[in-house]
Amino acid sequence: MTLSEEIITIGMCVLATLLTRFLPFLLFSEKKKTPKFIEYLGKALPAAIFALLVVYCLKNVDITAGSHGIPEFIAVLVVAVLHLWKRKILLSMTGGTFCYMFLVQFIF
Amino acid sequence: MENKNNFISAIKAAFPHTVPVMTGYLFLGISYGIYMKVSGFSFLYPMLMAITIFGGSLEFLAVSLLLSTFAPLQTFLIALVIQARHLFYGLAMLEKYKNTGLKKLYLIFSLTDETFSINCSTPVPEGTEKGKFYLAVSLLDQSYWVTGATLGGILGSFIPFNTEGLDFVMTAMFVVIFIEQWLKEKKHYTALIGVFCSVFCLVIFGAESFIIPTMVCIFGMLSFFRRPIEKAGGFE
Repeated sequence: MTLSEEIITIGMCVLATLLTRFLPFLLFSEKKKTPKFIEYLGKALPAAIFALLVVYCLKNVDITAGSHGIPEFIAVLVVAVLHLWKRKILLSMTGGTFCYMFLVQFIF
Repeated sequence: MENKNNFISAIKAAFPHTVPVMTGYLFLGISYGIYMKVSGFSFLYPMLMAITIFGGSLEFLAVSLLLSTFAPLQTFLIALVIQARHLFYGLAMLEKYKNTGLKKLYLIFSLTDETFSINCSTPVPEGTEKGKFYLAVSLLDQSYWVTGATLGGILGSFIPFNTEGLDFVMTAMFVVIFIEQWLKEKKHYTALIGVFCSVFCLVIFGAESFIIPTMVCIFGMLSFFRRPIEKAGGFE
């Protein structure tokens, strides 16, 4: 690729990203009343989105090969148990991450 | 002056909430910079792409797009598919980002998975103006990402300790926020819909193309079960 082709390629990535981020705000402006259904979606979506993000992070885990997803399973469990126990976000995250690093570096 | 002090205190209020993202972004950003460097690009590429695109998964993929034949339309479509999940973040943030003035433009521009996670789930600390707090979180997050990407591009593959598995910090953050969302709901309907749709579509469509089917599936089920979900409530 030439430099200008590279710039256009990166520009396309920027454009697509801007479109997906701005579209909801352009469709439902502050001036007009947001439709009730969209307001409902805004409230109902977060929990579903975070489920999707967790699955998205774990999407390449192969339970049929390699370490069979055992380190991921244990580490997620550690995060959940720590969090339900202490409700301290940083503690749950660091605990789970160190556990995962230990598992993939020394055990599996 | 008053204004400037306000913003500095907003940064101070925001910083503790961004520490997990700082860890994740510095690590992933450095990895991304290294990846670009070993693929033959100067550190200016990861730095400028971190500033202009500011979307991790697309930036990683853009490396292979830049190394293949020039195909702008195809690039645009691939980018749209990868970034489609932002549509949901926008819908979920419509209310929170209301009345934030000009700051709103940057807030929307910088709405990544991680920034969305913080701004969506953290109550604005008392005494801090809403718009300034969200802006502080967004700016801090992007500064971590740009710093990481640039450092990685400069350093190349020189990293003094074994960081394998450090990227799990992002997964851990999403798990924690998911649990928080779960606990908010009395009947867990929307959380369960999210889990079900994601896992179901992952199995059916595979890791590379399950995001959009999942979004459609979540949208469909939330629409279909609107009445029982609203009746159960507790997800605000």
